[in-house]
Amino acid sequence: MALRLALRVGRRLTGVLATLLAASFVIFAAVYAAPGDPAVFLAGGRDKLTPERLAQVRAEYHLDEPLFVQYGRWLWDCVHLDLGRSFKYSDQVADLVAARFPTTLQLVLYATVLFVVLGVGAGVLAAVKRSTWVDSAVVGATTLAASVPSFVAAIALVSFFGVRLGWFPVTGSGTGFLGTVRHLTLPALSLALGALALVSRVTRQAMVDAAASDHVEAARASGVPERDIVRRHVLRNALGPIVTMCGLVMAGMLAGTVVVETAFGLSGIGSLLVGAINTHDFPVAQAVLLLMVTGYIVVTTLVDAVHPLLDPRVEGAHR
Amino acid sequence: MSEIRVPGTGGPGAAPDALLEVTDLTLRLPGAARPVLDSVSLTVAPGEVVALVGESGSGKSTTAKAALGLFPPGAVASGSVRFDGAEVLGLTGERLRAHRARGVALVHQDPRAALNPVRRVGDFLVERGASRSEAVELLASVGLPDPERRVRQRPHELSGGMLQRVVIAGALAARPRLLLADEATSALDVTTQADILALLRGLRAEHGLGLLFITHDLHLAAAYSDRVYVMYAGRVVESRTAGALFTAPAHPYTQGLLTCSPTLGDTGTPLHPIPGRPPSLSDTFPGCPFTDRCAHSQPTCETWAPIQVALPDGGTAACALLADSDRPVPSVGSWSARRAERVGTAPSNGTDTAQVIHE
Amino acid sequence: MTAILDDTPSPPLPAVRGRRPAGVLVAGTLLALVVIAAVCAPLLAPYAPDTIDLSSSLVGTGHDHLLGTDSSGQDLLSRALFGARSSLMAPLALLAVAGVLGVTLGVLAAWRGGWVDVLVSRLTDVMYAFPGLLFTVLIIAVFGAGMTTSVLALGLAFTPTVAKYTRSLALSEARKPYVDAYRVQGMGGLRICAAHVVPNLARAILGYLVVLFGEALMSLATLSYLGFGAQPPSSDWGLMVQEGQAAIVQGAMLPALVPGTAIALVVVCFNVVGVWAADRLGRQ
Repeated sequence: MALRLALRVGRRLTGVLATLLAASFVIFAAVYAAPGDPAVFLAGGRDKLTPERLAQVRAEYHLDEPLFVQYGRWLWDCVHLDLGRSFKYSDQVADLVAARFPTTLQLVLYATVLFVVLGVGAGVLAAVKRSTWVDSAVVGATTLAASVPSFVAAIALVSFFGVRLGWFPVTGSGTGFLGTVRHLTLPALSLALGALALVSRVTRQAMVDAAASDHVEAARASGVPERDIVRRHVLRNALGPIVTMCGLVMAGMLAGTVVVETAFGLSGIGSLLVGAINTHDFPVAQAVLLLMVTGYIVVTTLVDAVHPLLDPRVEGAHR
Repeated sequence: MSEIRVPGTGGPGAAPDALLEVTDLTLRLPGAARPVLDSVSLTVAPGEVVALVGESGSGKSTTAKAALGLFPPGAVASGSVRFDGAEVLGLTGERLRAHRARGVALVHQDPRAALNPVRRVGDFLVERGASRSEAVELLASVGLPDPERRVRQRPHELSGGMLQRVVIAGALAARPRLLLADEATSALDVTTQADILALLRGLRAEHGLGLLFITHDLHLAAAYSDRVYVMYAGRVVESRTAGALFTAPAHPYTQGLLTCSPTLGDTGTPLHPIPGRPPSLSDTFPGCPFTDRCAHSQPTCETWAPIQVALPDGGTAACALLADSDRPVPSVGSWSARRAERVGTAPSNGTDTAQVIHE
Repeated sequence: MTAILDDTPSPPLPAVRGRRPAGVLVAGTLLALVVIAAVCAPLLAPYAPDTIDLSSSLVGTGHDHLLGTDSSGQDLLSRALFGARSSLMAPLALLAVAGVLGVTLGVLAAWRGGWVDVLVSRLTDVMYAFPGLLFTVLIIAVFGAGMTTSVLALGLAFTPTVAKYTRSLALSEARKPYVDAYRVQGMGGLRICAAHVVPNLARAILGYLVVLFGEALMSLATLSYLGFGAQPPSSDWGLMVQEGQAAIVQGAMLPALVPGTAIALVVVCFNVVGVWAADRLGRQ
């Protein structure tokens, strides 16, 4: 049994690693798809390009060696947090990313709290008040929210709550806990808004499915209070799909920060990526993309791993 | 405290202080061509074992669940369901919940489905009104070994028979006065089935519970209970004491049920399956619902609206041929007399249970 | 908590068939108006979209400028009307790219099976490893910003989704008896696919593409907003939002809100109509 479990985990990890390798290779080899000399491209274009600089880039990226050797070296360096040097900031890319990552992480976590509380709450409400106006209102409002791109939500929130009412600062990431929360509220809200429809819909459906189980009817036939039925039977048993969906949405939000950080002028890795692309600072773009893709794959894998813990039947089957 | 309100509907031997009293219960579903239940009347007295027998779709489970005020979605009910003299129909909200939490408990057909797979056995009992320590005692009282460990286990770790004991313990946790056993043993293997039946009977005696025993197995019903109601197409077609039903079934459907299953040592006698198929909710009947499948069907049956006809022994049956006393149902007597010699009559004490089950 | 989970019959799922035909009608009418406005922009627009008039910078709504002006004094209504053209045409082009590539790959994977199928699904896996717009962003990082690059890159990013959908449809279609009948007659696989399988699936795939339109428009507008898509002096809505954003802190919200509202409105309408249309087209 233990062997089978080990095999399962092993197979799963192998698959994840293979995907990670393939994705990182795509990120690395994209340089060669660029028109012209990859060395020129990596050096940030022909502007102010000196022969010394070009030679330096060639050496740094081992551009004279075969592609796979280059990839291997690059990957080896990445694993050791040596992500190259930015041309724009003439800084270690790793330092740049490390300095900006906390803001992005805070933003994603704050947005996660928002969409979990609001999305799951709305879904529970819709399921409990199924087929009433509340249900329709939740579905309608969240569908509407999902149709608004995050940058439009961002400017609408800034216009209203930032400028018109003056409740929240319009840009920057703030200092201290309260300052951070105040500064990140509108960005986190813009990021979370689009996820509400998906999360509330999954919650609602999972609860409706769970509510159709025989044991729920049995509990109801035994006069168990409705509150307990909703909480301990329906919501508890619906937790699997809900947690999975929340985890996937959270993982995807890493990419969403690209837009929201730009809209709010936050200095995180999302805005770093946009800036890097606009200034042809490819090593930085490469590093941020690699980080985001890795984060996404790791989080989705973790979500997968958590699922058995929520359902003892699956856990039991593993033993 | 309650009295029989509609004379002649209580069936034979109905105690005047009935625990459960269903009177003319009719249940309609939107989209169904005929009522799911049509004028169903039955009583269960304290300490009495009453069986409700019929094919799937005959309405036996629906009748039992009505005692809990539990109806299919969209159902419209008329008539009366009284528990301990108080009307159950029309209860809503907290009062309905309180009724379900006390007084009546349902033992489900499939224990695995009745328990929440992700919660512990102990939670199941506590949720139904037991304290943590009572939960252990309850599990012990239904004969589950090692109850301290069981309360911490989850349903997938227990066998079907153990789970059915847990479900029964859960039903007892509410300290009910009436137990509804809905095919409570059908999903179990034969020896476990006998254990559970003996357990239920023991509990009934110990606590003075009324037991409404729902099954599709007429032999088991007749062997296990004091009185039997046979249902067909949402109606009660025969209501007898178990012994009378077994020795002299009055309704052709009851006779059919008894001849269509094999008996021990009876390999020589041919089996007679009831022709046709059980009626669905889209079938409507201008007269007797059984007439299409009835061996003794007369032209008048097509239009005869079924009523309960009183039988000499105090039972009732809803058959046109019995209503017309000049024309007794053929074959009643000859077949069942032979059978009664073999099996013995009215085996309503616990010791006969296993024997009949193995039949 | 009420006992609503209890005894109510399950309602038809929201957002599926027959849902509020009135809503579909309203959304459809609005979309038709937007399309007409885009086509007739030169007739309807009170100004040329690129008329710069610095003396009337950031004017609010009024007689001269119905929806006000932006910081360069350009009339927002006129810009929004002209912007509708690229904002609607670009998603169409994107879906055309994704449709052609996706259907080809999907049918190929379903028809050939084996290693082709495995290859397509592995490629899909790798592309799905890039969350959100990141795959597109990578392509733009390599090939540079611009509307053509954005449309092609997003078309590529949408391809796996279309391929996956087509593959599942084509798998069941390939099992139908008529396919064997044509084979027996000696017809080649390519011809059966091109002449029979794909046309039979066309309606369902078209319905699916209609559903994707809203997302395609949102994605393109987002790229333009980030400066990766449409470039000045285009009046693409996403770009207009970016250009108008700076004026918000000055209290002039129209330059960003007018195009932003246009995007949200069209996406909402497309989502309402799309679900309905996909349902109609999916049912053959």
